[in-house]
Amino acid sequence: MRLPLADMYNTPDERNLLDTMKQGVIGKPLDRPEGPLKVSGTATYSAEWKIDGFVEGVLVLAGIPQGTVKTIHRDPVLAMPGVLAVLADEAMVRRSVQGTAGKAPVQDVHTVDYFAQPVALVVAETFEQARDAALALKVDYDDAQVPVAFDPESPDAEVEQPSDEEPVVGGDLDQAMREAAFSIDVEYHTPGHASAAMEPHATIAYWEDDHLILRGSYQMLAYNVKEIADCLSMPAKKVRIIAPYVGGGFGSKLGITHEAVAAAIAAKALDRPVRVVMTRQQVFQTVMRRSETRQRVRLATDAAGKIIGLGHEAHVSNLPGEDFAEPVTQATEFLYGGENRLLKVEVARICRMTAGSVRAPGEAVGMQVLEAAMDELAEAVGIDPVELRKRNLPGKVPVEGTPYSSRMLVEALEQGAAQFGWDKRKPAPCQTREGDWWIGMGVASAARVNMLTLAEARVTLKADGTALVESDQTDIGTGTYAILGQIAGEMLGLPISQVKVVLGDTSLPPGAGSGGSFGAISTGSAVMRACEAIREKLAKHMESDADELEIRDGMASFDGRERSLVELLDGKDIAEVGSIKPGKTLKDFSQASYGAFFAEVAVHAFTGEVRVRRMTGAFGFGRVLNAKTARSQCLGGMVWGIGSALTEELAFDTRDGHLVNHDLAEYHVPVHADVPALEVILLEERDAAASPLQAKGVGELGICGAAGAIANAVRNACGVRVRSFPLTLDKVLPHLPDPFASAA
Amino acid sequence: MRPFALDHAASTAEALQFLDDGATAIAGGTNLVDLMKLQIATPERLVSLRRSGLGDIAQDGEGLRIGALVTNADCAADMQVRENWPLLAKAILAGASPQLRNRATTGGNLCQRTRCGYFYDTSQACNKRDPGSGCAAREGFNRIHAVLGTSDACIATYPGDMAVAMLALEAVVLTQGPSGEREIPIAQFHLPPGDDPARDNVLEAGELITAVRLPAPTGGVQIYRKVRDRASYAFALVSVAVDLTMNEGRIARCALAFGSLGTVPWRDPAVEQVLIGEAPSSALFAKAAEVLLKDAQGFGANDFKIPLAARALAATLNDATRTGKA
Ligand SMILES: Cc1cc2nc3c(=O)[nH]c(=O)nc-3n(C[C@H](O)[C@H](O)[C@H](O)COP(=O)(O)OP(=O)(O)OC[C@H]3O[C@@H](n4cnc5c(N)ncnc54)[C@H](O)[C@@H]3O)c2cc1C
Ligand code: SF4
Repeated sequence: MRLPLADMYNTPDERNLLDTMKQGVIGKPLDRPEGPLKVSGTATYSAEWKIDGFVEGVLVLAGIPQGTVKTIHRDPVLAMPGVLAVLADEAMVRRSVQGTAGKAPVQDVHTVDYFAQPVALVVAETFEQARDAALALKVDYDDAQVPVAFDPESPDAEVEQPSDEEPVVGGDLDQAMREAAFSIDVEYHTPGHASAAMEPHATIAYWEDDHLILRGSYQMLAYNVKEIADCLSMPAKKVRIIAPYVGGGFGSKLGITHEAVAAAIAAKALDRPVRVVMTRQQVFQTVMRRSETRQRVRLATDAAGKIIGLGHEAHVSNLPGEDFAEPVTQATEFLYGGENRLLKVEVARICRMTAGSVRAPGEAVGMQVLEAAMDELAEAVGIDPVELRKRNLPGKVPVEGTPYSSRMLVEALEQGAAQFGWDKRKPAPCQTREGDWWIGMGVASAARVNMLTLAEARVTLKADGTALVESDQTDIGTGTYAILGQIAGEMLGLPISQVKVVLGDTSLPPGAGSGGSFGAISTGSAVMRACEAIREKLAKHMESDADELEIRDGMASFDGRERSLVELLDGKDIAEVGSIKPGKTLKDFSQASYGAFFAEVAVHAFTGEVRVRRMTGAFGFGRVLNAKTARSQCLGGMVWGIGSALTEELAFDTRDGHLVNHDLAEYHVPVHADVPALEVILLEERDAAASPLQAKGVGELGICGAAGAIANAVRNACGVRVRSFPLTLDKVLPHLPDPFASAA
Repeated sequence: MRPFALDHAASTAEALQFLDDGATAIAGGTNLVDLMKLQIATPERLVSLRRSGLGDIAQDGEGLRIGALVTNADCAADMQVRENWPLLAKAILAGASPQLRNRATTGGNLCQRTRCGYFYDTSQACNKRDPGSGCAAREGFNRIHAVLGTSDACIATYPGDMAVAMLALEAVVLTQGPSGEREIPIAQFHLPPGDDPARDNVLEAGELITAVRLPAPTGGVQIYRKVRDRASYAFALVSVAVDLTMNEGRIARCALAFGSLGTVPWRDPAVEQVLIGEAPSSALFAKAAEVLLKDAQGFGANDFKIPLAARALAATLNDATRTGKA
């Protein structure tokens, strides 16, 4: 029952259907329906399913950085109590799958690509037996003879132009720099990041005849079934994934990784269900990292502070052969003007775990640097940093000439500034001291590209007048259950209590998955289109026009006539599958979500410790589908921004590329005490080019630039400009003014 | 984790008996269980001290006797501690998280092992974990490591907070063991690495911490300043414990201890001598720092701890001497 509507999104849907509906649930700050299960610990996460007779697998990690496995001393381990198998299969994966790959990554664990790469799986009756045996397993290696680089700045590291990151070149940047009235040319560094999702990667795998079933923690199930199938050389239709609850992913679960494939292979070999849960340390050591970056930013303006030249060049890293290169300049392409420009990314080939998508790949680190550089430019020009940004918003995307679908950046800057009290900022540094603390304020723009992706969903309007929404779309803690229910409730005129949403099972139509902030608008659009098809049928029953059919609280009305849905359905369900495919609108318009951050920080005059005192974010991302879950996404993004600005850093030992801080005690994400009062302003906007919902992505927006605002506030507070994130006190300390001399 | 047997000692005597039979003591388990998971500790027998009757806080003359099994949370919340030895409460509350403090005990906290990442990573060389294997931290990522009291064999810190306060308060560790009872001044409890970094403290095999005794309150201004990478739930980069009394604008009495700066909780009487009898000034604080850090040696990533310690000391003394004046 595929929808007759053309599912490619080629022309903006200006009908704005959701605003014409009568139920009034769309956009409301409704609680997420699964919330009580989660806070009471009764939502069942992957590793918690009680599958009869399952046994436990523990991954064994390589103790060398590079080489090949010569001998695995299986026998002593197989003789240990409870041990069932030691597997080192050619199909096991060496690397994590990149997001949306839909195919196997580099396989065969007999070669070691990076320190702590999984090389085997030990399976035993109990977890403790398996872990003990995994630690006891002795593996002999042949060390690699070729010299390899463990550090992106090492002269041994080969540097390449990534295949899918075309440089943007326009005009003559060097000349613009020479002719500029004001210019800056600065180099920044950002460190590697771990996704650090709360729930570690976990899979329980079992086979039913030649069908594989995985209960696992992944973000994009429609792709994940293909990936696992490709790894095992079997048809994807024989793989089913069930993942109703996912405890965060932040990019690290876009593609499948080591534990899923190993569990599937072991379950087959043993003919028993096998559970593999990675330890916290293993998650840090083996799944996707965000690449560290070195970024050069050049900005040139005319005498009025209008940008005439813009350069943003980034040096990132990945394993040899990986296509992914942190798309650092992604938002720089469209954010500010300046026809003379050079944007490019180069990738150094080094031996560390796979680099891939982590929390807003590209903008998270690109925007924080660009926005810090903009602050430096504002200082050079001598104008207010908010004003500098407003002066430099182009009418069309520079070089390309594409129009913007919508952009509420000016509104975000202005409303954010007003709410925050930006007018109280003193432009010169070191003006406000409270006791031992310097106080300062900073601003940054937020921008994140908008993406619409392939998605399907089924909506069934049941004869009893309730609705069922189904898709393999995941809810990784973001509120997908809530918003999909709201879209269906609005379209079908049902209170939210009458709509049930079932997600995270690949036996259902394939949704977009959770990633790149596109899950809500893509799968949401599919739900909306399924509802449209249902409305068409209802309209026929009602002898009305679908567009004019009004439904509210289960009562349909048209032309003065009113009938209940139950009556109209007459004992029969209506089930429709809706779908959306990205189309021309993505090319015809530059689509992005925008916003602005305002931060106030305190810097300790003696020790250089930085604490964020308050932060305001104003965001425009098209229609707000649920004001509560959207706000939560923005809050979460800003918290990650604090981490990125001040605390988070993967520390590698550059002698062998091993990760030193591989747990949550030493890899510092912000804790409650680091997160002050955060204020979020949601701007009302409609964007028909982005999706039929008139909504854009919001999931990652709150991080994209946030750290820049904090760094700028540090500069304003104490005069120290740190060009290396995170701004740990050791980098601030040497540049602080004498704490006694400057005491107020 | 290896299989192990667990017994519960119903009294101190019984606990000692188990220890004598080769068992390892477990209190809150917040450090030991992690070490067992990684097989850095592989005890075959554990004796839990939780029911061994060491869980009381009691007056001891003018001082206070804190049982080895008193949890960090209970100790920091105790009214006598808060009124008379606030430094101790402040130091404890600056450490770990509420969940950990609910489990962690006075004895266990004193015996917690270093947080050196190479110590916890069994793929790396570490003389503390595996004597003679080398020290991977020395030329590795050593941002959290010590700048005082290091040796060629090991540069790891004792990472805790509680003991730093106890050092400034001149606490005494009370133990019982095969060779009877001992009273060990806390300054002598932890051992610098020397050429035997595997040994963290002076406890002998089979010896049990029964309590920590605090001497009479000093009535001084007490501040615990913990400098760290995030506002809570992080080990100190450097911490300063001060207990100080002012008299007519001069520092009359002063006890200073430092955490995460040295390989052991650090106290240097020469630093206090610089300060005593003097009027506070930034120059005086700088002189004290100079004495404190004259032998300090950084190893690259931790070089910043040297200026940081000087500045943290100045900030803390500035605070304490101003408060003391009021
Ligand atoms: C994530 C994390 C963060 C932390 N942050 C901090 C921090 O910021 N500051 C800080 O100070 N600490 C911190 N800690 C450490 C924590 O304080 C210690 O783990 C705790 O104090 C240990 O006490 P316990 O009772 O759990 O000891 P256990 O783990 O039970 O035992 C530790 C050791 O002490 C021995 N032992 C225990 N009791 C006795 C006794 N009575 N006599 C002789 N030996 C004994 C045991 O045999 C074992 O060797 C942190 C720990 C973690 C895991
Ligand atoms: S500093 Fe000490 S604990 Fe750390 S690796 Fe060296 S020997 Fe081991």
